[in-house]
Amino acid sequence: MAQRLKEVDVVVIGVGMVGSIVAKELAAAGYKVVGLERGQTRFTVPEFQSPAVHDELRFDIRKALMQDNTREPVTFRNQGAQVALPVRRWESFLPGTGLGGSMVHWNGQTYRFQATDFQLATRTRERYGKNFLDPDVTIQDWGVTYDDLEPHYDRFEYLLGTSGKAGNIKGRIQAGGDPHESPRSRDYPTPPQKEHFQGAMFRKAAGSLGYHPFPQPSSNLSQPYTNPEGVKLNACVFCGFCERYACEHYAKSVPQTVILPVLLANPNFELRTGCQVQRINLDSTKKHATGVTYIDAVGRVFEQPASLVITSTFAINNIRMLLLSGIGKPYDPATGHGVVGRNYAYQTMSTVASFFDEDVIVNPFMASGASGTLINDFAGDNFDHSGLGFIGGAYIGAVNTNGRPIQYHPVPPGTPAWGKGWKQAVVKHYNHTVMFSCHGSSVSQRQNYCDLDPTYRDAWGQPVLRITFDFPPNDIKMAAYVTAKAVEIGKAMGAKQVVGSPRKGPYTVTQYQTTHNTGGTVMGDDPKTSVVNRYLQSWDVPNVFVIGASNYPQNATWNPTGTLGALTYWAIDALKNKYLKSPGRLVSA
Amino acid sequence: MDKVTRRSFVTTVGAATVAPAAALLPLTAPAAAPPAKSADLAEPPKTTYLFFNTAEVLFIEAACERLIPADESGPGALGAGVPNYLDKQLGGAWGAGERLYRSGPWQPGTPSQGYQLPFTPAELFHASLRAINRDLDAHGTPFHGMSPEAQDAYLKSLESGAHDLDGVPSGVFFDMLLKMSIEGFFSDPVYGGNRNMVAWRMIGFPGAYADYFEAIDRHGVKFEREPMSLAEDGHGHIHVRQDIPANL
Repeated sequence: MAQRLKEVDVVVIGVGMVGSIVAKELAAAGYKVVGLERGQTRFTVPEFQSPAVHDELRFDIRKALMQDNTREPVTFRNQGAQVALPVRRWESFLPGTGLGGSMVHWNGQTYRFQATDFQLATRTRERYGKNFLDPDVTIQDWGVTYDDLEPHYDRFEYLLGTSGKAGNIKGRIQAGGDPHESPRSRDYPTPPQKEHFQGAMFRKAAGSLGYHPFPQPSSNLSQPYTNPEGVKLNACVFCGFCERYACEHYAKSVPQTVILPVLLANPNFELRTGCQVQRINLDSTKKHATGVTYIDAVGRVFEQPASLVITSTFAINNIRMLLLSGIGKPYDPATGHGVVGRNYAYQTMSTVASFFDEDVIVNPFMASGASGTLINDFAGDNFDHSGLGFIGGAYIGAVNTNGRPIQYHPVPPGTPAWGKGWKQAVVKHYNHTVMFSCHGSSVSQRQNYCDLDPTYRDAWGQPVLRITFDFPPNDIKMAAYVTAKAVEIGKAMGAKQVVGSPRKGPYTVTQYQTTHNTGGTVMGDDPKTSVVNRYLQSWDVPNVFVIGASNYPQNATWNPTGTLGALTYWAIDALKNKYLKSPGRLVSA
Repeated sequence: MDKVTRRSFVTTVGAATVAPAAALLPLTAPAAAPPAKSADLAEPPKTTYLFFNTAEVLFIEAACERLIPADESGPGALGAGVPNYLDKQLGGAWGAGERLYRSGPWQPGTPSQGYQLPFTPAELFHASLRAINRDLDAHGTPFHGMSPEAQDAYLKSLESGAHDLDGVPSGVFFDMLLKMSIEGFFSDPVYGGNRNMVAWRMIGFPGAYADYFEAIDRHGVKFEREPMSLAEDGHGHIHVRQDIPANL
């Protein structure tokens, strides 16, 4: 029997990046906010300190900071005709858990999407015609524009202190920045990080080919910074232990270093960790949420009534929360009807390895999670796709993040997998290889979706999420095209051997690619094709807001966190200035 | 004393990104332990086995050394203590199924669905090694008694996945053995492999050393210093920058 607690104004499910920012804003506006976090409390001191934090086996290989998949796994299959089986070990993507969420172990690569991304369906139709795309592709417009989000991108970047160089300020192109970016209102809060050797080699080679290299925007800061919340960060020292690790240096922008000190000092906010939310509760009309039911760390069941529920968990967990709560119609790929779980997408990652002789010393271990140099010349819709048979693109960059040797020991194709030949190749190439990433977009497609698994259960007895996904032919074509361009840059660097590895199918959960899972609770203007409206409010249950990369109707070229930060502030603006003044639907269905 | 050498890539890329030689400063680093003596590296580690039985040890020690052999670049798996790493991992939480979702039902999946056997790593090694040693006994020559060429041929036959090792496809066992051997070779020595950081010295990885702020834009300069293990943290923190408040 659940113990019923005192009603509060707002319950936030998941105290990661989104939850921390939303809770801070609403608590500061005078609302009583409870944050329910399934993981444990953790801070830079003492939890993230060295020497323990520099342990590749524990954090990279054993995935110490990740969602406990022994209690809460997902199942996966490539095609709807297959039986989905549990992802028994995390590999392909790595959702985090604990206070601060997945952002604690991010790399800090902080991008904006471009104006065209938010109107992708319209833009594609206008530029390439109605029949350009595979009919299975289900891309759609977002319901917001870049101009809507620009002030919120700006606010998020200044919260983080992101280090970068603007390429376009109010329409004026800036030397050294990305000339393809949509106009920003001002430059980044801090200058770019120092450029590592691979970045410099890439910059010269890409420039010699007529491309437009620029420094990667990084939320591992180039210099000390005090953000508008009054929280102080340090400069990053390029330790090379960033993604999959927490930062010991107060140099990576994560909730602990940018917002939690302010949130936790506000008496209007109460943090409860170790709380696994089972469902959002609805009243008998199924159109109004009454709060949530959760189970705490010692197994007690609670009902927390609230006037407003915000689910701000990792993308795939947002989808599952709605499915478990019966909010929104589940998507059916056979009919194309239903919305929850629809338009699940990912990121299409390819790599290029450039092998040099021993006189080129790279020092791959000197890096931050977001150091490096890249081009956007083959990203998004920055090039003409006529006759290419695909949309989207990838940024190409020497954005090496580390030289941690269990994971990083590049060898050329044809090298034996073990024995003397393998060992000699590892020794020969470790410090003399430059890796490029081709970080590509991902279209949504009719066959790719998420629903509840009919067989497998989590530790609390609830169905786990089932992911059905394979790379759309559109994205395989895109990867082949862009990777070939990246190989040309490797050759222009003067490498002895350049090896491109364009992403190919089938999608596998056995190899790390990215943790950029998107879609499933997508935003839009039409309740038939979206779960939430343009303010991230549920069409079906207006006092539930869903905020996450699960809102993306398809995934763009770039890392999703910057756009999620902008959407978070966009939704907060609507909550504070519209919804909470007069609760109800913000958009009529 | 830390050595600094300058290698340029002028011939391949151009001089603009390489600092003039006169501007180079020594890469400073905190006091480091003297390099390990070569005699230390040559001496095989003494392992007290807690997980593997005697017959298993004979196979594991010989097989790991074929996967990562000693050569002119330095010790192999045996000299680095990789069998000791495997023994401690398999005898501990990882062997028992740490971070492995273990609920059924079980059924074979597609390669893209990953590992789907009910075996924990500990169970998988015991089952596989029992089947391997039984197979080799029947043919008269134990693995550790074979020539290196014959050992490699046998390992390749396991790698191909052709054998059923008491329910474990031999390719699955081989992949796990290889993956864990590479882990043991390159992980921090606190886990029992990479003894004296031999694998890190071999490739030039500085280990847990954590500050390259002054070095990162000294392009093309080899960073030569003693690597640092988690176990060498004599001051409570591997920090070299006083402005970072590690001891708040």
